[in-house]
Amino acid sequence: MSGKPKLTYPNGRGRMESIRWLLAAAGVEFEEEFLETREQYQKLIKDGALLFDQVPLVEIDGMKMVQTRAILSYIAAKYNLYGKDLKERAFIDMYVEGTADLMGMIITFVFTPPQERNLALIIERATTRYFPVYEKVLKQHGQEFLVGNRFSWADVQLLEAILMVEEKEPTVLSKFPVLQAFKARISNIPTIKKFLQPGSQRKPPPDDQYVATVMAIFKKD
Amino acid sequence: MAGKPKLYYFNGRGRMETIRWLLAAAGVEFEEQFCETREDLLKLRQDGYLLFQQVPMVEIDGMKMVQTRAILNYIAGKHSLYGKDLKERALIDMYVEATMDLNEIIMHHPLQPPEAKAKHLASIIEKATTRYFPVYEKALKDHGQDFLVGNRFSRADVQLLETILMAEECKPDILSKFPVLQAFKARISNIPTIKKFLQPGSQKKPPLDAKLLPKVMSIFNIGNE
Repeated sequence: MSGKPKLTYPNGRGRMESIRWLLAAAGVEFEEEFLETREQYQKLIKDGALLFDQVPLVEIDGMKMVQTRAILSYIAAKYNLYGKDLKERAFIDMYVEGTADLMGMIITFVFTPPQERNLALIIERATTRYFPVYEKVLKQHGQEFLVGNRFSWADVQLLEAILMVEEKEPTVLSKFPVLQAFKARISNIPTIKKFLQPGSQRKPPPDDQYVATVMAIFKKD
Repeated sequence: MAGKPKLYYFNGRGRMETIRWLLAAAGVEFEEQFCETREDLLKLRQDGYLLFQQVPMVEIDGMKMVQTRAILNYIAGKHSLYGKDLKERALIDMYVEATMDLNEIIMHHPLQPPEAKAKHLASIIEKATTRYFPVYEKALKDHGQDFLVGNRFSRADVQLLETILMAEECKPDILSKFPVLQAFKARISNIPTIKKFLQPGSQKKPPLDAKLLPKVMSIFNIGNE
């Protein structure tokens, strides 16, 4: 028993990626067990490992944690990435829920039938609903981090969201100079920098094989 | 300025209902401003009230809070309904995230096309009775306490009761195989603040009726907004 958190999920981003980002940002080493077959998944259910029959699953501090947000909140609080009081927490929560909504559009993109996919909407939302908010927040207080002049979960998740959207549209930050500086700055934080390097546990964007594996494991309909 | 939280939403359950439940459970009086037309929503946006152009929005303690979970977390934290430490919080979070997943499915039921409704309802009932309710039944049975987490009333209890009642609206005998949940339902319903909220005339909203649906769709441009 290594004592390290152990993540169980298919070998790809999905809903686990934000958790990988946050652990990495906090400098926490973690292990991964990759789901490859439906049999593996059914075994987890049969063994009672999945509280609601779903992954992500993160074994941490003696708990088998499920539900992405529950896991993220726990990690954020444990590693002091969740603000210093209730009000800072409120702002962090608003900001991460916003980026989670944006990333949610991208996560489901590959599982949407091609004729229903709407990349233009994702880019529009990013550039008119979400990024302007963070650009303004950072510009107004002029601090390095989104909340409380201190590195938090909100900064990690915003960087993750920015990179994810840039994969779809490389010029997406062209009208957001403050976010460009933010991206450079947060990317340079040692734990983040390490996570961004090849060979880290960061996962690549989903490909057809990943989609096929997920469909087979979960028989998504 | 009353000092009471003020809720901005349409006059129906949607994503605001869980917030109404939690405020009510905490004994917090609140005001409501309803979006009746799309123009009402657009005005809120134009006035810069909505951080991400969306409702729910709750004015509370000098903040214009948006994002349902952020709002719920704040209310729960402020009113000591979020456990005593990180581990209790983790358990509460797991429980409430699951009730919110089930709520989400139930919330979408009126929006299903007629030909898909029966199948969708069957899916709600199946998920409720095989994925979610057994977990809470077992949790309560295993520790034998009155409340889900930490032997103390928390948002998990409030949110579970809300979900149970919504599920019962889908199928009145949905708790027939869950005796511990039946007792839980009776017990939590009897908590004075909850009991008050369950009475006619409270700010608890009725299920979305078919007549209201076109109005809601037009306000929120659902599917395109």
